[in-house]
Amino acid sequence: MKVEQISIFIENKSGRLAEVSGILGEAGVNIRALSLADTSDFGILRLIVDDSEKALQVLRDHHFTVSKTEVIGVEVPDQPGGLSSILKILDQNQINVEYMYAFVERSGSNAVIIFRFDDVDQAISVLLKNHVTILAGKKITSI
Amino acid sequence: MIWNDDFETLPREAIDSLQLRRLQQTVERVYATVPFYRDTFNKMGIRPADIKQLKDIQKLPFTLKKDMRDNYPYGLFAVPLEQIVRIHASSGTTGKPTVVGYTRRDIETWTELMARSFVAAGAHKGDVIHNAYGYGLFTGGLGAHYGAERIGASVIPMSGGNTKKQLMIMQDFGSTVLTCTPSYSLFLAEVAAEEGIDIRKLRLKVGILGAEPWSEKMRQEIEAKLGIKAIDIYGLSEIMGPGVGIECIEAQNGLHVWEDHFILEIIDPDTCEVLPEGEKGELVITTITKEGIPLIRYRTRDITRLNRQPCICGRTHARIERLSGRSDDMLIIRGVNVFPSQIESVLFNIEGVEPHYQLLVDREGNLDTLEVQVEVNEQTFSDEIKKLQALSSAIQKQIKDLLGVTCKVRLVEPKTLTRSEGKAQRVIDNRKKGAS
Ligand SMILES: [Zn+2]
Repeated sequence: MKVEQISIFIENKSGRLAEVSGILGEAGVNIRALSLADTSDFGILRLIVDDSEKALQVLRDHHFTVSKTEVIGVEVPDQPGGLSSILKILDQNQINVEYMYAFVERSGSNAVIIFRFDDVDQAISVLLKNHVTILAGKKITSI
Repeated sequence: MIWNDDFETLPREAIDSLQLRRLQQTVERVYATVPFYRDTFNKMGIRPADIKQLKDIQKLPFTLKKDMRDNYPYGLFAVPLEQIVRIHASSGTTGKPTVVGYTRRDIETWTELMARSFVAAGAHKGDVIHNAYGYGLFTGGLGAHYGAERIGASVIPMSGGNTKKQLMIMQDFGSTVLTCTPSYSLFLAEVAAEEGIDIRKLRLKVGILGAEPWSEKMRQEIEAKLGIKAIDIYGLSEIMGPGVGIECIEAQNGLHVWEDHFILEIIDPDTCEVLPEGEKGELVITTITKEGIPLIRYRTRDITRLNRQPCICGRTHARIERLSGRSDDMLIIRGVNVFPSQIESVLFNIEGVEPHYQLLVDREGNLDTLEVQVEVNEQTFSDEIKKLQALSSAIQKQIKDLLGVTCKVRLVEPKTLTRSEGKAQRVIDNRKKGAS
């Protein structure tokens, strides 16, 4: 169910993003999803890649500060209100979303949204109970 | 263990009378041979014969680093150049370096005092001393080298830099004592970890660390990361080089300064008044056995206090407290005195934060600004912005609580801070640009 996301600390200097994708590209790691959260001073680059261990290793070799987090990928019906119905379920069950971002590729006709929760196990059980489709980690990284 | 029992455990009265005799000789000598001192004494109406008791030292003028620069390169030498067997110089951040010359006897004294220092730090014959202080104009490398040979240890003249090679030698040669700057010892530990070497499992047992101010917290960090006893050593090239003072391994509580060769005073750096024993102020040193370049009341700019309480190690020489910084490292931010070491101690108290930081001082309009740059490591990193923001506000709050100064905290990537393989550059003061 869970997908491994890697997060990278980057200073807000131009060229850092390109550097990260260059390092990963050279190592043969493919980026499947990407989101950048930033403040005026620094940013956190969150990535889903096809080989997180390798990505972590090459980034550490280049002295980046990195971490691993478990997130989940949820299929969202490609229709008006698709996302809000899921958020409503989460809200009603007091599940706190730390952040979320869209996956580039689609799963069939549905969009894929990556969610980061405080309590990922509880979130999964609530979503499953409400018949929301959660994509398997393997499926996500190989879309 | 004590290297020189006779001198290191001299009773107080004996130290005092030895100091007076040697001070009188020094004053006579500089009056006769150094025009700078003769002129200053004459201007102040002082004659060597006026020094009748130790307290009379307060009648004498101070010597400043500026006086050494003004007399560059040999102006303060008290002997002709043909009696000088070695010349060292300390790098000036601006302009010319400060030059010091040693006679054969000066080198002998330095070697003796470094030998005392090594033994006080727990080193002895049979140790393999890995000397990573720089060899060259800087006094660190050669000073430690001669002392290490004197006690009969095997010394490896590594000098600084080339960290991976240092680690290889350390492993293969079985180094037991490390001499370098405190920040370089941590850098060695870091590179060792990257290389998959467990540095704590090596034969290293003692680090004799100096040439930059460091905190008690940093000592704990070094001791934990390298699995060694970390001993603070004090020295400055103007006075001699390393080995002016050292912590004894028995107490690790203050640095014994060899009072049979140096007279210590603590003054208020603003008023130049001599402070009572135990009060914190600027350390002033008079050399009383030096031939090449004897210095009268040299203002070290180091901030510390004196302690003449007996020490458990048996040495009778006064101890100076671990330096809280140099008076010229002291930053004045919006009227508040700030030492980089105080910021360092705040960072050490925050879980997971490493002592890699840099202070950036600037002026916007008429207001001083202080930015504290702290490296984010895997322990303090989070994938959530709010947690990183909480970290920087926690740092900011603790600095404000301790120093009363509001600063900006900027989280930066690891190793983006200048990690020189020697002294860490902690402060960048942009206010000074264009000032001189
Ligand atoms: Zn002692």
